[in-house]
Amino acid sequence: MDNRNCKRYRDEINKMELTLPAISVNEGMARAAVAAFCAQLSPSPTDLADIKCAVSEAVTNCIVHAYKHKKGNFYITVNLYSDKTVRIEVLDKGCGIADVRRAREPLFTTDAAGERSGMGFTVMENFMDRLTVSSREGKGTLVVLTKRLGRKTAEEE
Amino acid sequence: MFSTDYRLEIKKRDWLLMVRLFGEIDHHSAVSMREELDRIILKERPRRLVLDLSCIEFMDSAGLGLLMGRYRLMREIGGVLAITRPNERVLRILHLAGMERFIEIDGKA
Repeated sequence: MDNRNCKRYRDEINKMELTLPAISVNEGMARAAVAAFCAQLSPSPTDLADIKCAVSEAVTNCIVHAYKHKKGNFYITVNLYSDKTVRIEVLDKGCGIADVRRAREPLFTTDAAGERSGMGFTVMENFMDRLTVSSREGKGTLVVLTKRLGRKTAEEE
Repeated sequence: MFSTDYRLEIKKRDWLLMVRLFGEIDHHSAVSMREELDRIILKERPRRLVLDLSCIEFMDSAGLGLLMGRYRLMREIGGVLAITRPNERVLRILHLAGMERFIEIDGKA
């Protein structure tokens, strides 16, 4: 679906698929695995740190919000492209998000008692070039994170 | 290998409590970090708590929640929280949340 929109001159050079149970110890596992896979594009330390942080946020959302600490898996697909673009999908089959626009607002959280900062989507948005969130209540959520490596972020410019 | 292990190093001088955090702060580690920090805070009841983040290699928004919660607890017991020596990455996420508006962030130890 997404491929129709990006008629860029680039080829997929590698792809990784990863399925993990939604338990909190896998937050570290997921970001380490994605970072190790992205290393073949020789990212800068800043780019790599941004990706790790964004993946950590997306995966934490699966564990805390989508499955609410109940059993389930999350599915990560990473595509690497020849123009140094990284595309990361994080999919869950959890409860879904009722109002995606609201969920993406800074400081919004449905779990105030849990000391959540409500900054997860804000971090993903700021640390990556592009964030898309598609969700259906009762079905699950798909988060797509895209970043072209070696580009300066808005802050650095 | 990938478990987010952490460690705390505590120093106390009069009303000042210095805690240096080691490791990674994510939702996984924040749960037990929070319990341990709160136990120390409520036992020592410092007037000033300084969290040294110089040895934190990774922090996501769970760290923001952790710091906000300790900020509130310190206020409840009539003290203040300060953060010292965050690395560039950690500082970026602190600024993204505008933490510097209510928590003192210092570059020096």
